[in-house]
Amino acid sequence: MSLVEKIGTTDTPLLKVAGLSKHYGARIGCADVNFDLYPGEVLGIVGESGSGKSTLLSCLAGHQRPDTGQIAYDGRDILAMSESERRRLGRTDWAYVHQNPRDGLRMGVSAGGNVGERLMAVGARHYGDIRGKATDWLGRVEITTDRIDDRPSSFSGGMQQRLQIARNLVTGPRLVFMDEPTGGLDVSVQARLLDLLRGLVRDLGLSVVIVTHDLAVVRLLAHRLMVMQGGRVIEQGLTDQVLDDPQHAYSQLLVSSVLQV
Amino acid sequence: MKDDSTAEAYNFAYLDEQTKRMIRRAILKGLAVPGYQVPFASREMPMPYGWGTGGVQVTAACLVPEDRLKVIDQGADDTTNAVSIRKFFSRTAGVATTERTQDATLIQTRHRIPETPLHVGQILVYQVPIPEPLRFLEPRETETRKMHELEEYGLMHVKLYEDIARHGQIATSYDYPVMVEGRYVMDPSPIPKFDNPKLSGSPAIQLFGAGREQRIYALPPFTKVVSLDFDDHPFQPSKAAHDCDLCGAARSYLDEVITDDQGGRMFVCSDTDFCAGRREMGHKGRLWAPETEGAA
Repeated sequence: MSLVEKIGTTDTPLLKVAGLSKHYGARIGCADVNFDLYPGEVLGIVGESGSGKSTLLSCLAGHQRPDTGQIAYDGRDILAMSESERRRLGRTDWAYVHQNPRDGLRMGVSAGGNVGERLMAVGARHYGDIRGKATDWLGRVEITTDRIDDRPSSFSGGMQQRLQIARNLVTGPRLVFMDEPTGGLDVSVQARLLDLLRGLVRDLGLSVVIVTHDLAVVRLLAHRLMVMQGGRVIEQGLTDQVLDDPQHAYSQLLVSSVLQV
Repeated sequence: MKDDSTAEAYNFAYLDEQTKRMIRRAILKGLAVPGYQVPFASREMPMPYGWGTGGVQVTAACLVPEDRLKVIDQGADDTTNAVSIRKFFSRTAGVATTERTQDATLIQTRHRIPETPLHVGQILVYQVPIPEPLRFLEPRETETRKMHELEEYGLMHVKLYEDIARHGQIATSYDYPVMVEGRYVMDPSPIPKFDNPKLSGSPAIQLFGAGREQRIYALPPFTKVVSLDFDDHPFQPSKAAHDCDLCGAARSYLDEVITDDQGGRMFVCSDTDFCAGRREMGHKGRLWAPETEGAA
């Protein structure tokens, strides 16, 4: 089934966000955010530093509790869930890719163990199976299998990021949160990582919320785009539409700030 | 003061009654929730941390004048730690002591479970250095507490996975993590994994005290304790593949003793009482030579 068919067959949103606000004291973290995310869809969130992108993402992923608003995943109210349910969801249906792979990996545990952790967390108890799956996923993210017993601290930055992606996708999540997944990587490594991500998202039919300040990343990956400034969403629409014909003054500034080589 | 006289200046078993009461409350809570680490206000004891301050406090809280105390260190009754703690309680509590497992009512142990099966009415007190089984994988206390609360124990298997990936088998040979009654993952203290099966279904009460870390946990009698493993790498209690050179026992945990610098070595039971008991019954090992009359 192609992606288009997949989207066509499901008209209920996977993630429904309404009136989401988070304040840090008197300051606004993010305010009144509304959007629907459909299965197989990639939503990009762009904006400058301090615009509330990361606050929004951590509220969505359940790392922080928003002050007001509703988040519904697959028809279930996330904020009303018990912590154990939410954490279970975080290990099975959801994935979170950190900007810094050190935050998302266990640096003292081998690559295979890192990939296997989520499997073991949901009850896998057969070493051979876990190892097999870890080998398979390392292959998918282009890490050679002879590195399976090496620790991530011996990996390059790009490899660490790919390992983090493998570790997150091994349990077959439906919704992936990504916080600047290409941050801190040089451009050629970025390009390979983006290529890989695009392939995985397409093959697995993942829904993705990706936060970045890099417009090239969203141009390649995202179907829809939200532009944030000062904690508010100032423009949203199809990616190409927003990037080629920005309406809001800040969006225009953002698009025109990209250096053309 | 003579060593065997009771020190009159101290309260019975050294600790004051309020402290013992506080420790008993922690023990009772631990017994009510098997495997759960109960925090308690550990006191300064007249010995360094790492020498069994937790075990000594639990023992002090459990002792009554009628008790008969046995103390073992790595299975042996005659090593420094065991001798010192035994002497400590015979002075501060005036309780009778014994080296015979079946005669003791309370046994404080460091890193072994006696070979002789325990019976109803006995209490086994373990000295625990680090009570948190998840500690070396997750350094944050807030996070490990949350993991216990929500039964998120996948990480424990990551440790075992790493063992197999690196050594081809589960190389953890002591401090082997166990699951208590299908709920809490527990650190059995650094007993060899050979002793793990004895934790389960024991008729004796098993109490664990960690003085520096200020935690007490417990296994009531006949608690089900399962050692963690993988389906294709099942748990295997291991010991040296020898018989005891003194008593000939084939199924007891052995210490390796280097006897010279020519590669000579012997294997002896780590449980000295068990070994001596077998020799009294006439069992002989490969190297057993009874002392002749008049020999020193």
